[in-house]
Amino acid sequence: MSTMPHDHLVKSYDEEMSRLTGEIAAMGELAAKQLEAAMDALGKRDSKAAQRVADNDDAIDSQERQISNDVLRLLALRQPMARDLREILAALRIASDIERIGDYATNVARRSMTLNLSAPVPLVGSLGPMARMACRLVREALRAYAAQDAALAHAVWERDADLDALYTTLFRELLTYMMEDPRSITACTHLLFIAKNIERIGDHATNIAENVWFVVRGETLNEPRTRRDETSEP
Amino acid sequence: MTDHTAMLNVPPVFAQAASAVAVVPPPKLAVRNLNFLYGDVQALKNISLEIPEKRVTAIIGPSGCGKSTLLRVFNRIYAIYPNQRAIGEALLDGENILDTGYPLHKLRSKIGMVFQKPVPFPMTIFENIAWGIRHHEKLSKSEMEARVEQALRRAALWDEVKGKLKRSALGLSGGQQQRLCIARSIALKPDVLLLDEPTSALDPIATGRIEQLIEELKHDYTIVIVTHNMQQAARVSDRTAFMYMGELVEFDETEKIFTKPAMQQTEDYISGRFG
Repeated sequence: MSTMPHDHLVKSYDEEMSRLTGEIAAMGELAAKQLEAAMDALGKRDSKAAQRVADNDDAIDSQERQISNDVLRLLALRQPMARDLREILAALRIASDIERIGDYATNVARRSMTLNLSAPVPLVGSLGPMARMACRLVREALRAYAAQDAALAHAVWERDADLDALYTTLFRELLTYMMEDPRSITACTHLLFIAKNIERIGDHATNIAENVWFVVRGETLNEPRTRRDETSEP
Repeated sequence: MTDHTAMLNVPPVFAQAASAVAVVPPPKLAVRNLNFLYGDVQALKNISLEIPEKRVTAIIGPSGCGKSTLLRVFNRIYAIYPNQRAIGEALLDGENILDTGYPLHKLRSKIGMVFQKPVPFPMTIFENIAWGIRHHEKLSKSEMEARVEQALRRAALWDEVKGKLKRSALGLSGGQQQRLCIARSIALKPDVLLLDEPTSALDPIATGRIEQLIEELKHDYTIVIVTHNMQQAARVSDRTAFMYMGELVEFDETEKIFTKPAMQQTEDYISGRFG
């Protein structure tokens, strides 16, 4: 079923469903902004701003609880079927993915505060493009969700490989840097974790895309996917 | 050599869930190119479907879609009305029951029907069951008692009525009356049970009892249930047919119909979007 569904006979059902979609959109946008703010704080070595990012995470957590409650209520009171059922199930899963994205953004902010305690390291700049790509993937996945666009979701799903490739490159760069200058190991390890956090955000964007595919097409997206995070390979 | 990968194999409980819906038994009942007319009004349009043996098949659809008509074809109950005609084939074990040569009493003993409103006869609980049996078989008193008890047990009513078999069936509650009607049907040892909105007049507890009963009876009977209650179709049936305006729109595994129907009309109906 690829067409958009008609309205429900009971209008309040539609209202509750669109409220759920709206909550996901708002929560997702907040998570993307958190990552941007964390990266900004990292670049500017601004620990106060980083602390604000960490404090904001509660807002994302409480939005997730709200969505869980809404999902529970919809399941109990509306007894959704077919696409409605898939949409509601997907909303629950997507909310949990966004919550994780928020956690990773907070991790980035916290590590930036630790980095600020020592001298600047030059490779911070390379994280920028990676974070921007992760943000773009998250936003596009959310756009695919709002528009119920399976093709866009599929594109996001495929493009996560680019993020993995960037991560692999950065991983090697940092490794080289640490070998050249062992004094940078502490800072570079933090950067490495930040890079890994951003790479994981891409994976959660992929999960969101998979859920959009599931809502629209009624099946799981399980084609073989190109994986370009080769950091675990010898 | 120990196969360590065996530990990673799918555990049986998961494998079971995945294959639970797979096998469809051979058809017990089938209709082929069935058309039905109430005078000039065509209530069924070229319906073909196969009802698997010892499974529960639900027929859903809005009022007037033809689902009750289809059920009525299966036991030829329409034949008592002069202007009603069925054209096509309805096969029970491969024999066309619409053929006037197919004996009605044979059909009635093979296919039992239970209606929306329980219709106990104004006689004792015992006689409600025994009466139908006497039409088909000659049993001794003790045989008859055993048969009545067996039917009441199968209908999960025995424990509630065993002490008052000589009392009027009209004194039973609605849910009990409906189970009595089911007992009356299965006392004739039919192959097929047709249930036309069997719980729409019952409260949720009585409905739950009937649904549990359906689950037990499907091991021995082929059950076809017409229901307005989609959740009920989802709960009790293995396969679901969705009908609309005299046509069969979709017929598939119940799980598929309610999670990922193939037709937009089905989707709209089951998700409460029909307009």
